[in-house]
Amino acid sequence: MSTRDLFTFRNGHFRIGVGITAAILIVTAIVGFIVLPFAQPWVQFADVWDAICSAAGVPQRAASVTAPEQAKRLSEVVLTSNTLARPSQEAIGRGATLAQRCAICHGPTGVSRADSPNLAGQYAAVIYKQLHDFRSGARTNAVMSPFAVNLTDQEIADLSNYYAYLPRLPAYHPTPQLPKPNIVIYGAPMRGIAPCGACHGSLDNKTGSPWLEGQSEAYMKAQLHAFASGERRNDISQQMRNIARAMTPQDIDAAAAYYASQPPDVVKAVD
Amino acid sequence: MLVNKKLILAHFWLAFAVFGIALTLGAWQMFIRSPIGTWLSNPELYYRSLTAHGTVMGYVFPTLVAMGFGYAISEAALQQRLVGVRWAWAGFWLIVAGSIMAVIPIALGRASVLYTFYPPLIGNVFYYLGVVLVVVGSWIWVALMSVNLRVWRKAHPGAPVPLAMFANVAGSYLWAWTAVGAALELLLQIIPVAAGLKNTIDAGLARVFFSWTLHAIVYFWLMPTYIAYYTIVPRAIGGRIYSDSMARISFILFLVVAMPIGMHHTFADPQVGAGFKFIHSAFTALVALPTLLTVFTICASVEIAARLRGGRGMFGWIRALPWDNPMMLALAFSFVMLGFGGAGGLINMSYQLDASIHNTQWITGHFHLIFGGAIVIMYFAIAFDLWPHLTGRELIDVRLIRTQLWLWFIGMIVTTFPWHWVGILGMPRRMAYFDFGDPAIAPQALSVTLSAIGGFILLASGIMFIVILARGMRAPQVDAGPYRFALAVHQPATVPVALNTHALWVALMIGLTLTNYGYPILNLALSSGTSVPAVYVGAQ
Ligand code: HEM
Ligand SMILES: [Cu+2]
Repeated sequence: MSTRDLFTFRNGHFRIGVGITAAILIVTAIVGFIVLPFAQPWVQFADVWDAICSAAGVPQRAASVTAPEQAKRLSEVVLTSNTLARPSQEAIGRGATLAQRCAICHGPTGVSRADSPNLAGQYAAVIYKQLHDFRSGARTNAVMSPFAVNLTDQEIADLSNYYAYLPRLPAYHPTPQLPKPNIVIYGAPMRGIAPCGACHGSLDNKTGSPWLEGQSEAYMKAQLHAFASGERRNDISQQMRNIARAMTPQDIDAAAAYYASQPPDVVKAVD
Repeated sequence: MLVNKKLILAHFWLAFAVFGIALTLGAWQMFIRSPIGTWLSNPELYYRSLTAHGTVMGYVFPTLVAMGFGYAISEAALQQRLVGVRWAWAGFWLIVAGSIMAVIPIALGRASVLYTFYPPLIGNVFYYLGVVLVVVGSWIWVALMSVNLRVWRKAHPGAPVPLAMFANVAGSYLWAWTAVGAALELLLQIIPVAAGLKNTIDAGLARVFFSWTLHAIVYFWLMPTYIAYYTIVPRAIGGRIYSDSMARISFILFLVVAMPIGMHHTFADPQVGAGFKFIHSAFTALVALPTLLTVFTICASVEIAARLRGGRGMFGWIRALPWDNPMMLALAFSFVMLGFGGAGGLINMSYQLDASIHNTQWITGHFHLIFGGAIVIMYFAIAFDLWPHLTGRELIDVRLIRTQLWLWFIGMIVTTFPWHWVGILGMPRRMAYFDFGDPAIAPQALSVTLSAIGGFILLASGIMFIVILARGMRAPQVDAGPYRFALAVHQPATVPVALNTHALWVALMIGLTLTNYGYPILNLALSSGTSVPAVYVGAQ
């Protein structure tokens, strides 16, 4: 009983085992790679080899079509969870100097009293993306755009790192804390709305989604309406527009009022 | 001849302890996303639980059962002390260490990636390292099974390898090879990203690697059950194996065709060519063959037992079966669940029908019926059968055992039938929350509630199972005699070399893996621009 007696065509089991296996393989390959591709009258193949390549999943060069001109610019920023991770002290210092010109609206401590967003403790990736979008024109705002157009890449990164570094001070929105509304913790599954809290804090945080707790209620409402109407369109793959369009005005009011009333420490409790 | 009883008991106890924990999590998951639970407002907790439940039930529990049973088979079937006991303990402790290492990040919410890993989602590196340790521990077992068989062959040149050991080693080879897919995914793709050495990952390739593991792992889970069908049940009910060769051929077929079919898990994925999907689908159809052979052979073996007990007539013999014997009961329940589960499987394996149930609750209903039902109920039976031989004490309360098996069967049917149903209605799987207040899904509330009740029946049965085994540790001592496996009607004196060794079939298994996976893997691995940024669990 040795492998010499086993792996030989004189051994009936070997003949049958290998034979049947090979036969099945060949038959299924012919069917899968030749018969079935040609059985689809709506697909045209140049020749058999073309059909085989297609069935095997060989990457095909797409016909060279030029992308249609976009009426408005779209965001070109790519974010990963490593964007601007671990900034240096110098970067933060440079950012602090640059940030002096932002203080008039966003507050000297990064907390606004003018219904502009609070930036203190905001995620670096978020500020980074918005500044890039303001600069490219993917997002526009009469006040903000002129500040952004002249920023260099380095300056944007430094500003983002600086604001992310600032502590999250209690915001100037002295409403009493509201209970979590359904839209924030459940979303609206049947309308395809994931819970706000799954990305924006209160449940979890996701890359590129701003921290909303303590932001101005008026500002958040304005942004949700801008997303819903398509006036603001710098969200990647319409992530926010799809949600905002499905939200009712009541949803918008509830979410904005809730987030505005939250103190900053709630955020840290989750992560 | 069972010598290393402590080793085997350690494997079984650890298996059933982690099973108990994961079962509790499962029942909780069922409850919390059903209309009778109040939503806990934090989906993250659900996914933590789901990751722990899936990781334990998929990787740790069945592996430990297969290992403990494998050691028992090696000693009892070969009548030979286990060679490499120290290595066996090392494997055991690796699994303990790996499980602890994996569970800590899960509990901390740092690895809520589910047991299928879901790249580009990336969790804490220790979770993956823990899983790797579990697999490495089980590979030691694979090596030991092979070594022990070799030692035995030296001492018994040319003799037929006892069926239980032949099947056991086939199962271990299947596991060794099928685990390679997930190991490649973890070591080459996921762990470098989790450790921070890279921050992009080819998620499509990762899914193909995982599919390499995902089908045959199911047959690895199934092996102890099939071994019990063939080599324990006939003996326990006083019958004989209808055909020894048929049994060997079934296990050989599992070895050859369980592997090259995993892409039926990627039917909906764009990165695999349709031709390969077809080949995998066709081979998937073949894998029904060994199961049909088994059902036939076991029914025939059971009929032999019935006729030996005086059963008469075309179907009258069924009444003559020892229905109060837990093994008989477990087998019958297992077959019923296997039948329903198998019928569901036919739907999953066909490209077109799969589209309607893909990623719905149907899938979870299906594998709970087959795996949690048909397979795990035989794990129970194996434990009941081995226990007196391992502890030297009798399991006295046969009524309790029967109740436990009945409850598991009923619980599984009550849980999984509505589970399938809501899947057909389109309810997605892996969701933490459903708003049953919404008129669109309100009609499904009843089905989901039933499933949750079934879950609690299962939990009750699981607790009973552990109580029975624990009480068995303190029962009065008996001499259970030597542990025996069933004999065939015609116990073979010689077996053709192909049916007595695994080499040819392992070669075919590897060959088919190369033909069916080689090109898709190379194609994805060598194409540039197929990676996406990793998404880190808990990252901002
Ligand atoms: C013996 C048995 C069992 C085994 C082997 C088992 C195995 C598994 C596995 C592998 C998963 C997949 C995890 C994932 O999708 O990531 C899973 C999911 C799940 N199991 Fe179990 N399980 C068992 C028993 C139970 C029981 C008794 C219950 C309920 C009482 C249960 C409830 C669940 C639930 C709710 C899910 C999640 C389904 C989803 O949301 O997609 N399991 N189980
Ligand atoms: Cu499969």
